[in-house]
Amino acid sequence: MSAPRTSSTGSRAGGRTRAAASSAASNLPAVAAAAVVLFLAAAVAAPGWLAPADPLGIEPAAAFSAPGPGHLLGTDESGRDIYTRIVHGARSSLTIGVAATGVGLGLALLLGVPAGLTAGRRGRRVHPRWVDASISRVLEVLFALPGLLLALVFIAFAGPGVTTTVVAVGLSTAPGYARIIRTQVLRLRDAEMVQAARVLGRSRTRILLGHLLPNALGPVAVLATLGVGQAVVWASALSFLGLGAPPPAPEWGAMLSAGRTYLSVAWWMTVFPGLAIVAVAASATVLGRWMQRRAEGVSA
Amino acid sequence: MKILRWLLTRLAGGLFVLWAVATLVFIGIRLVPGDPVEAIVGGPGSQAGPEAFALARAEYGLDEPLIVQYGLMLANLVRGDLGTSYSLKVPVAEAVSEQLPGTLALALLAWGLAWLLALSVALFTALATGPRLSRVADAAGSGLEIFAAAVPHFWLGSVLVLVFATSLGWLPPVATDSPAGLVLPVATLALPLAGFLGQVMRESLATALASPFALAARARGESETGVVLRHGLRHAALPGISLSGWALGSLISGAVVVEALFARGGLGRTLLSAVTLRDIPLVTGVVLVSALTYVVVMAAADVVERLVDPRLGTTTATRAAQPDLAAGGGRP
Repeated sequence: MSAPRTSSTGSRAGGRTRAAASSAASNLPAVAAAAVVLFLAAAVAAPGWLAPADPLGIEPAAAFSAPGPGHLLGTDESGRDIYTRIVHGARSSLTIGVAATGVGLGLALLLGVPAGLTAGRRGRRVHPRWVDASISRVLEVLFALPGLLLALVFIAFAGPGVTTTVVAVGLSTAPGYARIIRTQVLRLRDAEMVQAARVLGRSRTRILLGHLLPNALGPVAVLATLGVGQAVVWASALSFLGLGAPPPAPEWGAMLSAGRTYLSVAWWMTVFPGLAIVAVAASATVLGRWMQRRAEGVSA
Repeated sequence: MKILRWLLTRLAGGLFVLWAVATLVFIGIRLVPGDPVEAIVGGPGSQAGPEAFALARAEYGLDEPLIVQYGLMLANLVRGDLGTSYSLKVPVAEAVSEQLPGTLALALLAWGLAWLLALSVALFTALATGPRLSRVADAAGSGLEIFAAAVPHFWLGSVLVLVFATSLGWLPPVATDSPAGLVLPVATLALPLAGFLGQVMRESLATALASPFALAARARGESETGVVLRHGLRHAALPGISLSGWALGSLISGAVVVEALFARGGLGRTLLSAVTLRDIPLVTGVVLVSALTYVVVMAAADVVERLVDPRLGTTTATRAAQPDLAAGGGRP
């Protein structure tokens, strides 16, 4: 591996090399992403501290103010401050994203763990293969409704709203997580440490909860970090389509949807809430990949 | 014989998926509170009297026992009859086939553009030589990709309209039948997908170029361009192909948003209005067509993947329907 090419591939994103993990330059995006996350955490915990004004307070005289000293990111059609609304909107947008990821992971555990435990060989009665076979079939069907399709079908049944959005987005992400959890459990099921625990006479439940799950969930934590970004994007897409949070709420997707009407008059109403969403999704990607690279570095 | 068996397996799998989706929707709508008839007579809060309800119920066969309704639905489905839309009052098959070509054209153009962009970025960063240039190209490529993959369609579309329609006036802000009217919708749909494909392609290409067979090619005196094009390109394309199912999902979800944003008719907009109005037959129709497309795309991807990568042989291995990093930026 002394070809000149190797050294340059080492610094490529996702490259497994130690050079990538240790070089300061490759940590720069991670630092930026961490800063975004810190800011958002502050916005979620204490929005009033970052933006003391009222996110719903209208001020008709100041409607459509361009970004400037008075209103950092401008105002909307009722004179509400966009910066204030973005900061206060972080709580609902991120809560929806995190909750949806939680719902997705929960469903995925329910499907993935039994499937992983019963997958493949062994005709033991405690490992009935039909469990994996039927769960895999279900996942196959769910995969045929990719992206937001499953979410839209669910909303058609349950009607629009915030709770529906959370469940719908969670449902859409569950099949992907479930497949990975199944693979993880399957891989760990016969690992040496599990065999050792079995030899030591640990109970089935204890092996599952104490050995299998914690190790299977490591990679899933990385996925969940990436997933929160995607969930925020999807949830705001649903709000944008008028199926999520109702308009007056300072939710990012709903703000964008409102700004669309005034696109030619007040670009800031659209651009800034969207940038907040992009910042979340991009930070989630960067952090998730950083975690992944670190996890690989440890295991290598 | 092997091919025939493969084809039959695929066909059976596809039929199973379609049956399951239809059944799922049938059960789902009967599980939720609320009368499906409400949607027929004008949505929630409709002023229709009980006679109108009874009439609508009889007309759509909703007064039959559930098992009969289910049997009727399956029988109709086999004949290609998807029922009648509650809101449009026309056969669903008609409404769907009317809207399908527009969305198909949009999605195909966007898919082609996404591949073109992703491959260009991957090849460009692979061919950028010199320690500084390659590092800059790498950083720029990865930054662009992460940004593109993180950008939501609805925001990207608005910003493109703002720049190219409102400010510069180069392109129309809404979709028209002229080629110029297609540029912004297609670009909006393509860029996030390109960002994602670019990430996986560039990674796969980098791994390929660092592997022994690339070293062997270099040792034989092949130029770097030759190594990249002749030996690396297949590897760059492979993850893109195996993520076709995921790409289709991105295109379908994106089409719903893009068609709403650019006031363009199509399957996405039909689905959105059907979901909003709780027009279940129409939702079912659009979803079944999408699921059918998914089945076909996955089968095609399977074939193409085997053509590009002979190592896979003729075994019917189960392949990734989504990237392993399900969300938006990881190695498949």
